[in-house]
Amino acid sequence: MHGHVSEPEFLEQISGFLGVYYLTLATMNGIAAYYLWQSKRSAVLFRVGKNQFTTATLWLAVSVVFLFLAPIAMSGDPQWMRLASIPQPLRDLADFLMGPVVYTVGTMVVLLLMFLAREFFVKPVVAWGLLNLSLLLMGLSITDVDFAAIVTKPDNVPIVGLVFLLGFFTWLATYRAVENDKRKERGEPSLEALNNEKILVWPDLVYTELICMVALTAFLLLWAIGLQAPLEEPASSVKTPNPSKAPWYFLGLQEMLVYFDPWMAGVVLPSLVIFGLMAIPFLDYNKAGNGYYTIKERMFAYLTFQFGFLVLWITLIVMGTFLRGPNWNFFGVYETWDTHKVEALNNVDLSEYFWIYLLGQARPQAPAGSATATKLAFILYREAPGIIALLLYFIVVPPALVLYSKFFRRLFAHMGFIRYMVMANLLLMMALLPIKMIFRWSPLNMKYFIAIPEYLTNL
Amino acid sequence: MATLSETIRNSQIWKSIFRHPMPVDRRNRVVVMLTNFFLHLHPVSIKKQGIALSFTWCMGGVTFFLFLVETVTGVLLMFYYRPTLEWAYNDILALRDVTSLGILRELHRWGAHAMVITVWLHMYRVFLTGSYKPPREFNWVVGVVLLLLTLLLSFTGYLLPWDQLAIWAITVGSNMARATPFLGYEGPGAQLLTVDGIDMITNASDARFGLLGARFVGEETLNRFYVLHCIAIPLAVALLLAIHFWRVRKDGGISGPL
Repeated sequence: MHGHVSEPEFLEQISGFLGVYYLTLATMNGIAAYYLWQSKRSAVLFRVGKNQFTTATLWLAVSVVFLFLAPIAMSGDPQWMRLASIPQPLRDLADFLMGPVVYTVGTMVVLLLMFLAREFFVKPVVAWGLLNLSLLLMGLSITDVDFAAIVTKPDNVPIVGLVFLLGFFTWLATYRAVENDKRKERGEPSLEALNNEKILVWPDLVYTELICMVALTAFLLLWAIGLQAPLEEPASSVKTPNPSKAPWYFLGLQEMLVYFDPWMAGVVLPSLVIFGLMAIPFLDYNKAGNGYYTIKERMFAYLTFQFGFLVLWITLIVMGTFLRGPNWNFFGVYETWDTHKVEALNNVDLSEYFWIYLLGQARPQAPAGSATATKLAFILYREAPGIIALLLYFIVVPPALVLYSKFFRRLFAHMGFIRYMVMANLLLMMALLPIKMIFRWSPLNMKYFIAIPEYLTNL
Repeated sequence: MATLSETIRNSQIWKSIFRHPMPVDRRNRVVVMLTNFFLHLHPVSIKKQGIALSFTWCMGGVTFFLFLVETVTGVLLMFYYRPTLEWAYNDILALRDVTSLGILRELHRWGAHAMVITVWLHMYRVFLTGSYKPPREFNWVVGVVLLLLTLLLSFTGYLLPWDQLAIWAITVGSNMARATPFLGYEGPGAQLLTVDGIDMITNASDARFGLLGARFVGEETLNRFYVLHCIAIPLAVALLLAIHFWRVRKDGGISGPL
């Protein structure tokens, strides 16, 4: 994705923006330090002799670091800019290590760790530190031509915003949930229950709305002035761009095409996502956690939703947007989009494993010239291993969960047969994607559990 | 000055519009909420936590405001833009390079991206506070439909600039419909739908054709998406928004601990 500009020219171009960026970060941390110091909220981190090192000192120090980075970035000088960039060997290493497996599993592990240690991660000092760190990484990375090209593409900018907004709001919600869970353990009312007094909507709410509208209008105007909407060459039905990408909010679905055929990734699974979302209020019978943030009182619902939203929806969109290049190949964030990159695809279907590798014989095939019904019977016979596995998955797993898991037994008792089966099958549908991912990534290189290309029915 | 504003507020015209004195005391602050069309969507009084930004994130309100921004900028853009192969791209090009207030297009596009994001954040908040639980189950369902319509609004609008980005994004997106089970000509089971050996589901009769109005993204598609984008979907959204807001009130206002 190298444009037509040379490296020094590119650095010159972004130097102004980057300088302002670092100045903003310095100001942000300066204000934080001042606020903590003035409000006497700053906590002592450690002492050296008589000197206290407080959180205010910490953010002041961070502010100074950003203050030093600003002129370096603003110089636009390749030599100096190297100081404000991630060293090339590290970038190469990151690209080398990154792949769909590392990315997906890595994100899951990080999210899981953050969830398990949420009491640590919601601490304002930790969260603010992480925000600084990610903003610093952004700054150090954007001096890379390829990184800048993919992140500053006009239609990709909102997704950068989305990631930071989601980070912020997930922190806010978790912070309040952790606080509420602690309060409940102590027998105190939730934060929300404290704020119970009635107030008049005029002026309190009406003015809040007015201020929000003014602020948002200003924000939109600045965004519109600062960033031009994309307009490429006129449409041509003969010049297919590579990669051809759907609008960004559908890229999670497009990413699913790696693992599923279009009828699953593009039709059945999205419909089930919509249906499943609508079904949530009728499946979640837990009365707790209505109107306040909590995790402990609704652990199962919380984890299911977060897995579906953050892991299966958001991380796939991020991957589809930033990490998928020509031919839908995976590219690291510092990697040049090379149209000629070839990735060996050597996928094997389950029926091939069963008949050829396990039984050592050819796959069953109807004799030439036989009737349609005979052909169909042979196809079903050939694909029997996958069909049986799938039937077992959807029919046997739900009752097995009831039999062997106390938790699911309680769900079953509460929900009754039909509601329980709807919920269990929706969960199993949702789990199909990670299951297919794992089988594909495993040394088996499994492509389809059921492969009936004759009737365009592959799963 | 004081007498002038006094005179205005005592005039028959002013009083015909605002049927009560300025909302500066408690009584009139209540009355204003009941007598003003725009304010009557709100309750008169509310629990303090119900308007705390740390609780609501204001995302539902922001989404609605963005919908209004999209409506206003969209109507203005409609004065300028012609949805034909001959003009579509050139009109957008002119908006960028020539037209004063061409920035309307930027406002419209970034507002649309922002709206998709704020809808997600709104749903995220509603889920995390368990606000879909009884008695608000149905309003959550209405919300999911609104989510779908928001995505469709954005999707149909994506085609209108008629540049490479537009037609190929829509091509990739709508190719999925080709694989609809039974209804798409490359979908599972479509081959089974034959009458006397004649396929019922072809590339000129399947779900994708219904979406595009043609076998590929072309002039018919542009027209179809334009009408959907500017008329059909906004009307549906407006109706559902009215129901959504009405149900918020009828289901007991914004959620909170019981």
